[in-house]
Amino acid sequence: MPKRTDIQSVLVIGSGPIVIGQAAEFDYSGTQACRILKAEGLRVILVNSNPATIMTDPEIADATYVEPITPEFVEKIIAKERPDALLPTLGGQTALNTAISMHEQGVLEKYNVELIGANVEAIHKGEDRDLFKGVVEAVKAKIGYGESARSVICHSMEDVLQGVETLGGYPVVVRPSFTMGGAGSGFAHDEEELRRIAGQGLTLSPTTEVLLEESILGWKEYELELMRDKHDNVVVVCSIENFDPMGVHTGDSITVAPAMTLTDREYQRLRDIGIAIIREVGVDTGGCNIQFAVNPDDGRIIVIEMNPRVSRSSALASKATGFPIAKIAARLAVGYTLDEIPNDITEKTPASFEPTLDYVVVKAPRFAFEKFPSADSTLTTTMKSVGEAMAIGRNFPEALQKALRSLEKKGSQFAFTGEPGDKAELLREAVRPTDGRINTVMQAIRAGATPEEVFDATKIDPWFVDQLFLIKEIADELAGAEKLEPELLAEAKRHGFSDAQIAELRGLREDVVREVRHALGVRPVYKTVDTCAAEFAAKTPYFYSSYDEETEVAPREKPAVIILGSGPNRIGQGIEFDYSCVHASFALSDAGYETVMVNCNPETVSTDYDTSDRLYFEPLTLEDVLEIVHAESLAGPIAGVVVQLGGQTPLGLSQALKDNGVPVVGTSPEAIHAAEDRGAFGRVLEEAGLPAPKHGTATTFAGAKKIADEIGYPVLVRPSYVLGGRGMEIVYDEARLEAYIAESTEISPTRPVLVDRFLDDAIEIDVDALYDGEELYLGGVMEHIEEAGIHSGDSACALPPITLGGFDIKRLRASTEAIAKGVGVRGLINIQFAMAGDILYVLEANPRASRTVPFTSKATAVPLAKAAARISLGATIAELRAEGLLPKAGDGGTLPLDAPISVKEAVMPWSRFRDVHGRGVDTVLGPEMRSTGEVMGIDAVFGTAYAKSQAGAYGPLPTKGRAFISVANRDKRSMIFPARELVAHGFELLATSGTAEVLKRNGINATIVRKLSEGEGPDGEKTIVQLIHDGQVDLIVNTPYGTGGRLDGYEIRTAAVARGVPCLTTVQALAAAVQGIDALNHGDVGVRSLQEHAEHLTAARD
Amino acid sequence: MTTSTRGAQAPAVLVLEDGRTFRGRAYGAVGETFGEAVFSTGMTGYQETLTDPSYDRQIVVATAPQIGNTGWNDEDDESSRIWVSGYVVRDPARIPSNWRAKRSLDDELVAQGVVGISGIDTRALTRHLRERGSMRAGVFSGEALAPEAELVARVQAQPQMKGASLYEEVATKEPYVVPAIGEKKFTVAAVDLGIKGMTPHRMAERGIEVHVLPATATVEDVYAVAPDGVFFSNGPGDPATADGPVALMTAVLERKTPLFGICFGNQILGRALGFGTYKLKYGHRGINQPVQDRTTGKVEVTAHNHGFAVDAPLDKVSETPFGRAEVSHVCLNDDVVEGLRLLDQPAFSVQYHPEAAAGPHDAAYLFDRFVTLMEAERA
Repeated sequence: MPKRTDIQSVLVIGSGPIVIGQAAEFDYSGTQACRILKAEGLRVILVNSNPATIMTDPEIADATYVEPITPEFVEKIIAKERPDALLPTLGGQTALNTAISMHEQGVLEKYNVELIGANVEAIHKGEDRDLFKGVVEAVKAKIGYGESARSVICHSMEDVLQGVETLGGYPVVVRPSFTMGGAGSGFAHDEEELRRIAGQGLTLSPTTEVLLEESILGWKEYELELMRDKHDNVVVVCSIENFDPMGVHTGDSITVAPAMTLTDREYQRLRDIGIAIIREVGVDTGGCNIQFAVNPDDGRIIVIEMNPRVSRSSALASKATGFPIAKIAARLAVGYTLDEIPNDITEKTPASFEPTLDYVVVKAPRFAFEKFPSADSTLTTTMKSVGEAMAIGRNFPEALQKALRSLEKKGSQFAFTGEPGDKAELLREAVRPTDGRINTVMQAIRAGATPEEVFDATKIDPWFVDQLFLIKEIADELAGAEKLEPELLAEAKRHGFSDAQIAELRGLREDVVREVRHALGVRPVYKTVDTCAAEFAAKTPYFYSSYDEETEVAPREKPAVIILGSGPNRIGQGIEFDYSCVHASFALSDAGYETVMVNCNPETVSTDYDTSDRLYFEPLTLEDVLEIVHAESLAGPIAGVVVQLGGQTPLGLSQALKDNGVPVVGTSPEAIHAAEDRGAFGRVLEEAGLPAPKHGTATTFAGAKKIADEIGYPVLVRPSYVLGGRGMEIVYDEARLEAYIAESTEISPTRPVLVDRFLDDAIEIDVDALYDGEELYLGGVMEHIEEAGIHSGDSACALPPITLGGFDIKRLRASTEAIAKGVGVRGLINIQFAMAGDILYVLEANPRASRTVPFTSKATAVPLAKAAARISLGATIAELRAEGLLPKAGDGGTLPLDAPISVKEAVMPWSRFRDVHGRGVDTVLGPEMRSTGEVMGIDAVFGTAYAKSQAGAYGPLPTKGRAFISVANRDKRSMIFPARELVAHGFELLATSGTAEVLKRNGINATIVRKLSEGEGPDGEKTIVQLIHDGQVDLIVNTPYGTGGRLDGYEIRTAAVARGVPCLTTVQALAAAVQGIDALNHGDVGVRSLQEHAEHLTAARD
Repeated sequence: MTTSTRGAQAPAVLVLEDGRTFRGRAYGAVGETFGEAVFSTGMTGYQETLTDPSYDRQIVVATAPQIGNTGWNDEDDESSRIWVSGYVVRDPARIPSNWRAKRSLDDELVAQGVVGISGIDTRALTRHLRERGSMRAGVFSGEALAPEAELVARVQAQPQMKGASLYEEVATKEPYVVPAIGEKKFTVAAVDLGIKGMTPHRMAERGIEVHVLPATATVEDVYAVAPDGVFFSNGPGDPATADGPVALMTAVLERKTPLFGICFGNQILGRALGFGTYKLKYGHRGINQPVQDRTTGKVEVTAHNHGFAVDAPLDKVSETPFGRAEVSHVCLNDDVVEGLRLLDQPAFSVQYHPEAAAGPHDAAYLFDRFVTLMEAERA
């Protein structure tokens, strides 16, 4: 049965900003789906507030709404576009929840919109824990096996305490209903923990519901990815086994595909249960993910949960197997059946089969605990990782070691030199699952632990434990061998040892090992991911390396451009860089090149085999990249390697690649150095006559103190060579400076601390620009809402700038051009300026695609990354203007006066982290970046655009109610006008005594509330923290005094996060919010697609 | 459970009849073996695969690289022994890990004298077999190692699979009975041409008492058990040589007794109906094959192990000595005939394995169909 003919247009809901538990994988899935639906001739209407996605590129959908994903805004879009259908299964929990809420409010019925891909009943059955238990029971009645963990549903703390009795005592698992990424769930070992976790869970769950479960800690954990079509054909796309046993969220586990330690009998049993569940739940068309726990002692199977939608695991399964789940789900949703859809990779066989793998896939999570020093780093059932790397090998050790080195994190790879430490201590440590536990286990093995001891401590399956022993034994052989014989070298490489690891073991330099290896002819071959274990010929060049015999890289004639991606997502280097890489691939393919993508992040669009002509799913280390370049150079001509678009990861390889004779195109490694090196960049600025804040470098406190004394406090201090403002701090006095130097582990004679004058009260400005050696194209100028000192990635900003005039733009343009020229940029450059008084300071310059490129591109309707890629390969700005890739005249600095205002807002992961006592982590913004994602609000005026950005990031700004204000002394003056505005809008103000006094003197009435430290009043007057918890406060303004450590207001801010109350931590944000509230209170806020905005802009430009 | 230390296993070589060789390490028994090199793409179920009699005289290449992880247990054998003549894997497990495991796969291979090889580029070998077709091969290790030219010559001297009659050597010599589980409802005579243990089990689960008869059973032997239905099993070798079973099936068809065949049994039915059989270039061996039931349009994911297939027209109903016949099932990968059905009397067969083991249970409904045929006949 072919495509349905009664659907002409479909609304797709994206997943919004990148947050922990809902990340780039939904860009990959959503992009695939939108493209397919469009190719099927449907009008695709998309709503997604996340500008950093490929999905929200204007070419992907017919009408792209970068608007908040709230029922209110989605209804406006439906009213305007009148789609026939709504596909809610591709945008994670956000899309699913939005769709359900619109269904419940009757919006879908009102506009006659059909929900496709999942029906409401199926969503409820899959997501509601009580209903799902019923599903599992029904399945057991039918097929005889599969059960739920014994559990109790609770709606109050009394229920919860009673529930523990019912289950027979502690430990118990707490799982809130309808939250994503397992938010709020955890293990409770005693009543105190139970009260904390369950209390939090009841709050987090939109239905005030938590489930208490018997503990199945330490069991084996599996996942199946299934698909079903409307004819009830079901296939299992992939099985995944968790290396870390039950107790760690699957997103935080090292996971392996296919399952490694199941017999066919046991696997088929899981498959039978999975199929029976998808039928019982009633997922008519599309994919779902089901998680199982298996008792290692007797094989008892417990069904943990199911997600009736595309998920992180389905993205991983798609990359692991070559079976594009989202793409096929989209086709199924519009009426096709699995047997009618061809398998892309073979082209000849249908999609109604189950992929079979002749390789092993390992996914490893990447964490960011260093950004949240007070957060408890124990891994639990709440997901905490911010990204992941996937690696493919011909055996588990090879895939594992490749995955660990793909993480690009110091210490993520196994180390085999140095003292391992005390065995007993290491085993004790390994009991607690943490980031890097696998390395602790390896050290325990080195310290003499037996397989049984490792199993007892960790419950990691003995087969996996033995594989770690295998790796360790090879390391021993490498260390002990008299000479590096080719057989041993090949054996080490077959087990995933990097040249760097071998070098360390042999006491050699990495490049020497490589030379020896090449001389001995030990080089990788490249195998194809083909869904069928070579049973049929593969048409899609999706490669991974292996130390095997036969390579499958085919010769080619067109010159190739190799694009290096950005690796696992991390705070500071996320999806934005993938966006630029994907754009480069598209643009260079259009320009006649064969594009070759290298990346190891399974969540991304760049690692979709459809994106580039060839895909290498490989780690982004020098060794791995050099081997790919070598393999491709044997296949045909190479026009160049692009390192500028994937963030610091490829940029860091630039010089070494060049030194190895690789043609790096675009900005040269020397130019990159000129921008990154303090001294060299200082000279560039000096020659151009541009001021930078006074600064110096020091390796000791004495040195740092001398510099600080010279330039005056506050100073901005940071270690050198770090990303995303890691370790950066604003220091207000000498005592803190001394403590900072003492605490910092990153400072050494070769890695000095940088001390800069901190520009208090400065406006920070970001510029993205293109330079071809002759001409500058100013991509866009962004004015930060928050003052300088807050990391640009965490700061909201507006484009075009809202308070800068023509003269300022002129100065920015001149400075940008001088720097681009002085550094020698060929492509993109991002410069951060600070305007203090009337002086424009240069803070830093990055000669690469920046985090803001997608935002700038969307706000100005100009594809900057595409242009940058072309410039890298020799095109000039003039040529690109003539071609139409860039506007014929003008640029992002000369936007028409009526151009829309775009506001970018950062999204913070506070709610994910707790300290060891279970308290939230502080939410104050600072110079160290901590946001995971961003949203964009776009509208005709700033106030509305800002309000939209807030609605997209945190939920709508309140338009009335109670606002609590408590600000630092230095902010008290600037608070008065916005506070008055709030009152004018009908807000009741609450304030602590100090702030209330200032307000009163200025004629503004505020109710005094008790501080937490004052405790409850004699007549039961509640403290502000209690009021927030009771839901009595609608808006919080709390600016901290200084930064770092435990600060006043901590309890207020963490309470705000827990209750989801908007909390503004700078006065600038307050001023912007007041404009937003004003806009919301004045008439209707409309929606407009990017395509409409672009049309308007283009018309104005001509 | 002990961790074996990394010792250098004996070198081994796999030699194909066209002269291509792969050098690796001995796995299982050391020595030499010959057979038809075929690849199997299942990611689970090596114990079932190795003990499947249909793999007689074949050197099986596992495309899944990590083999032996769950060891060897006492429950999952599909017959009394390992039948493959050789086993080719990339990365064998060093220890088994499963609560049912009794010993390691390696130990079992050694105990049963099965010569294998590990550590070779199994994907390159698979691609070679896909492009050139299944072919004769030998695995040599220990004292059997000799200059390559000599080994190639020895491989080339081996008999071809085409024209090989093997079912008699794998089938039971004596009849035996698999009792019905629960209430007995039917009696089935199952002609063993290489039957897998799960097949009578699937019937027994449905109340069938299964009388498994030797491949040489006569019509009289079959009817001596007063069967409600007759079953022809899977088995190894070239169906073109199976004149005995074809004659037996013809006699059963003449009596219009409900009939069901699997794999080799499907080919026998094909021949009895007058269709030819042919050897596939590299066969179907795996547990992920999409088969469409043409009567319902539904697709099932199925276990396959066949190197030969029936040559019957897909696009029309055929006239046969037993009335009209049609192709009931087809493989969606390559349009190979996967099932036959008589329209005028109760007989059907499939080329694949509804009993699974290893493989998915999607096609288990076929045993119910067999039951339905027998019920209808009784009514």
